[in-house]
Amino acid sequence: MTDEGIEIRVGIAEGAILRGKGRLVTAGLGSCVGVVIYDADGRIAGLAHVMLPESPPRETRAPQKYADTAIDWLIREIVEAGGCPLRLRAKYAGGAQMFQGVKMEALRVGERNAEAVKKRLADRGIPVMASDVGGHQGRTLWFDLPSCVLTVRTARGETRAL
Amino acid sequence: MNSYELSSADLDALREFGNIGAGHAATAFSALVGGVVRISVTDARLCRFAEVVDVVGGSDAMVVAVYIRIEGEIAGNMFVVLSTESADRLVDELIPGREHGRPYGEMEYSALGEVGNILSGAYVAAIADLCGARLTQSIPAVAIDMASALLDIGLMYGSGEDNQVLLISTRVTHGGREIQAHFFLLPDFDSASTLFQILRGKMPSD
Repeated sequence: MTDEGIEIRVGIAEGAILRGKGRLVTAGLGSCVGVVIYDADGRIAGLAHVMLPESPPRETRAPQKYADTAIDWLIREIVEAGGCPLRLRAKYAGGAQMFQGVKMEALRVGERNAEAVKKRLADRGIPVMASDVGGHQGRTLWFDLPSCVLTVRTARGETRAL
Repeated sequence: MNSYELSSADLDALREFGNIGAGHAATAFSALVGGVVRISVTDARLCRFAEVVDVVGGSDAMVVAVYIRIEGEIAGNMFVVLSTESADRLVDELIPGREHGRPYGEMEYSALGEVGNILSGAYVAAIADLCGARLTQSIPAVAIDMASALLDIGLMYGSGEDNQVLLISTRVTHGGREIQAHFFLLPDFDSASTLFQILRGKMPSD
């Protein structure tokens, strides 16, 4: 399964940038969303493990945590690393509702996360090449460079390549 | 306030608070399954996100979790987390004549939800009593999945800008049947100051 190159693991509410050859991984997404923005020709990609839809009103010290600031952070970091703004594309997955049968606003955060990611990417003019959101199962994801394939695996062992 | 500022006395008080809750929950658990139920010393501390899921075996570990939302003067999320093996033994115990290893259906989910309900009910009643606070709990929701996927809601509501949560955890063990459960209580970030105000009033400050 492993490609050549390095593997970077991204924790909850964290983000990372990869150049060249390798893999970005994030494990155990429930209502969080894993967002990847990449420049395929420039071989640069970034992954953020987004936890909440909106950043607080004041400037945040944890931009990777919120959908709006995480996407802006990814764009800035990728462009600084040499990525071309016009070539940026996105793939994302997650935003499940893990606990069913209870009507609680708190449990709908997955859906709101996925919507916020979609909206911010549209606002920034970044085309979405693939996404896999919703449902009631956790996901582990990895994104490979240079292939730019995002692989999603659920706890039941199902694997999808996006 | 956008990050936690706690003294060691605060954490001691929190530990005591968790012990009282878990003690009552263990008594309820013992009444439910019979036999002796032991509880570990309650751990109360500020955790990075990764440390929370490490308590139950890491982010990829498959676990069974019962989720209960607590609302009131102190709001937070409670999880009763069991390994899949412990959950299997527990449902065998609760559903007479169940064929061991059968895939979970409505009956199993409902039995686990009920256990979560009874245990968290005892826990919440004890801490509400201790704090003189009015607390209500949601109906339980049960899911089986990767630990971090299940716990992430607790991390969302429990953390400020520094990505740390206040985790109050206790391990409950039923020796005879080797059932082990973890209680996780993650107070909402916005409720922490109220909680500590109450606890500081109850405990000697030095």
